[in-house]
Amino acid sequence: MGEPKIIDARGTYCPGPLMELIANIKQADIGDELEVLSTDEGSAKDIPEWIRKVGHELVGTRQVENVWHVVIRKAK
Amino acid sequence: MRFGGMDRPENDEGGGVWAVSKVSITVISGSREKLQFAAMMASVAAVSAYEVTVFLSMNALPHFLVSAPRSAPAEGEIGRLIEEKNVPEFVGLFEQAAELGDAKIHPCSMAVDILAIGKDDLLPFLAEPMGLTKFLTAAEGGQCWSF
Repeated sequence: MGEPKIIDARGTYCPGPLMELIANIKQADIGDELEVLSTDEGSAKDIPEWIRKVGHELVGTRQVENVWHVVIRKAK
Repeated sequence: MRFGGMDRPENDEGGGVWAVSKVSITVISGSREKLQFAAMMASVAAVSAYEVTVFLSMNALPHFLVSAPRSAPAEGEIGRLIEEKNVPEFVGLFEQAAELGDAKIHPCSMAVDILAIGKDDLLPFLAEPMGLTKFLTAAEGGQCWSF
């Protein structure tokens, strides 16, 4: 497994980070990991909810200073 | 099977989180705040396995003309701040709703007639003009939001 693809959505607001993730996840292969960087706390909470709803896998979330890192694995 | 922009699992009979849910949105205001929130609602719903239909009428529709400025007048402070900060533009969000989530975004046929415009005058991601009767049929049994 390689490093996750970084989606740098810092500085944009809801639903920008989620929409950037979705645009990228459509291009990814099953099993690929993507890491969204977001300074929008609402998006950091919304993205895991979207993952749960549509059936991908949440690898993890962490906050480093003011940036949330949300790592997703494409499941289907 | 395409399902609100997502691939529906095989052997799924429509239960659980994959049950078909519809979100129908009427947009009649030309204010930045209402257009923005309608676009947020449409885009997030469309990529979250909802079947989304948007109906653009009254003062909202002129903002979807090819010739229109990509901005709308603000009603208050948040609307002004939206333009200053890096908030996704409402037109772009509606376009993502259509392209990423298969949302159907229809101009109101009455408003199209009043404006005396044709298909080429409207942004290319819009669907065909729709009448109210058809919109009500599309909205039946689902959530309906108005902005």
